[in-house]
Amino acid sequence: MTQVHELEATVDELKHLFSERAEAGETTLLNLGPQHPSTHGVLRLMLELDGEEVVRCVPDIGFLHTGIEKNMEAKTYLKALVMTDRMDYLNNMGNNLTYCLAIEKLVDVEVPERAQVLRVICAELQRIASHLVWLGTSGIDLNASSMLLYCFREREHILDMFEMISGQRMMTSYIRPGGVWRDVPAGFVPAVKDFLAYMPAKLDDYERLLTKNPLFLGRTVDVGILEPDYALAIGATGGTLRGSGINYDVRRAMPYSGYANYDFDVPLEDGCDVYARYRVRMREFRESLKIIEQAIGRLKPGPVMTEDRKVAPPPRSELSQSMEALIHHFKLWTEGFSAPDGEVYLATESPRGELGCYLVGDGGPKPRRVHFRTPSFLNLQALPHLGEGYFVADLVASIGSIDIVLGDIDR
Amino acid sequence: MSHIEKTIATIQSAFPGAIQEVIEFRGETTVVIASDLLVDVCRRLRDDAELDYNVLADLAAVDYWPAEPRFAISYLPYAMQRNARFRLKVFLPGKTPNAETVSTVWPSANWQEREAYDMMGIKFNGHPDMRRILMPADWEGHPHRKDYPLGYEEVQFSFNIEEIDKRKKYAKS
Repeated sequence: MTQVHELEATVDELKHLFSERAEAGETTLLNLGPQHPSTHGVLRLMLELDGEEVVRCVPDIGFLHTGIEKNMEAKTYLKALVMTDRMDYLNNMGNNLTYCLAIEKLVDVEVPERAQVLRVICAELQRIASHLVWLGTSGIDLNASSMLLYCFREREHILDMFEMISGQRMMTSYIRPGGVWRDVPAGFVPAVKDFLAYMPAKLDDYERLLTKNPLFLGRTVDVGILEPDYALAIGATGGTLRGSGINYDVRRAMPYSGYANYDFDVPLEDGCDVYARYRVRMREFRESLKIIEQAIGRLKPGPVMTEDRKVAPPPRSELSQSMEALIHHFKLWTEGFSAPDGEVYLATESPRGELGCYLVGDGGPKPRRVHFRTPSFLNLQALPHLGEGYFVADLVASIGSIDIVLGDIDR
Repeated sequence: MSHIEKTIATIQSAFPGAIQEVIEFRGETTVVIASDLLVDVCRRLRDDAELDYNVLADLAAVDYWPAEPRFAISYLPYAMQRNARFRLKVFLPGKTPNAETVSTVWPSANWQEREAYDMMGIKFNGHPDMRRILMPADWEGHPHRKDYPLGYEEVQFSFNIEEIDKRKKYAKS
């Protein structure tokens, strides 16, 4: 009997989220998801429908919550790195980068030039790979099924390059505190150059398929309007915000890893609709290619890991000759390095928006608190506003356009 | 005078005694303020045209257990036009961790406060929808507190299987 009482209480708690017409039985309540392909993962939407029109839309999240922030508190700074890969599973390099930059700020470590350039190349390749998944999946939502096949074909090239440098296609853990894991193999730079030559023609193909396609325009223009003021108030960032004409890109506003020295544009559109967000991301592909091209030119030989032995392990060859190296090696892999009792916040531009890491040290080798300000979490808050008043099919187009990753939301 | 210095001076003159501490660390400014003035300070930060903190970039709760005051909430107001952000921090007692909601000032705080409630058990007065967000609605406890165990599975052997089984929550036959 206690079970029944608990459930009734839960329904009462939810009543205020829906209109009074729902209680009178004039409108229909419908669950969309969590196991529905158009919700891009395990997002559950509680919809109140008047016919096919969305009256209320209440997102229910947490199905992919794995307690990453809690688990990271129980691990040393270095060992917790692998967990960041698993947050936003389309932006593994970017998550590594954000976390490592926060650690480097907290313990005050300099990163060598070559490692910074490699980080930029990886982050931008990852942005292209993530945008390809966005284009493919939101294309399939809008019945452009061939997009998924094309996009995943191109993405495979990028994942192959990641496998080349880190041994893993997705969970790379390549970017480490103080630099990157190892220098890239000889085949990496030619592979990136081949990709730079290959990709622009493919982007032209996508644009030819979609940008002026009347069916695509009919599904996206004037759908899911996100006013600039509302977008700012609700905390939207990334392509979702720039589709509403607000010029905010963390790479410009608070440059990291030497982004201040690269020449690139921040694409802006003022349509505020699904189509504007599509145009922004399509242009971001080309900007990322531009940044990678410049970065490849700046790739000079040099160390890829800091010389600070408190943070980075000594080379294997030193262990048999140097007492200090042996001690550092042992200390680093058993106890880890300690960070001061302070707090830092560091943000990077993930493919979805501002990805921030709030790191609180307690003087020991484990963090007191790791918090990730994830872009999808805040962007998804805008979804009820985007969907209400439109048809269910338009709501699906809106979900695709804010480019959410549920691993990023639930952590 | 940088924008953040100007902000601190404005808070000091408008709310005397509100600022308890100003910490500089790695180029970031943390301003600790009294928790009862939080919403007033935040509203001033947003509405004052000179300050213009139009975005709340982040909100996170920290648990300092077993120290007292136990909880802290870090707000990160961001003035997008001036590209300035600083950390606003309030401390809350461990027994009654209640704070006023800032979702009336910056609507983006809505879900982040729900997350702080769900994970840390901090109640936000005046919040429009104070429900759990990540954990199931019938979950007991607040998993992100320091005194909440990480939840390793106990290894069952034939000599202790019944004892462990008794403590498990699933339905018994």
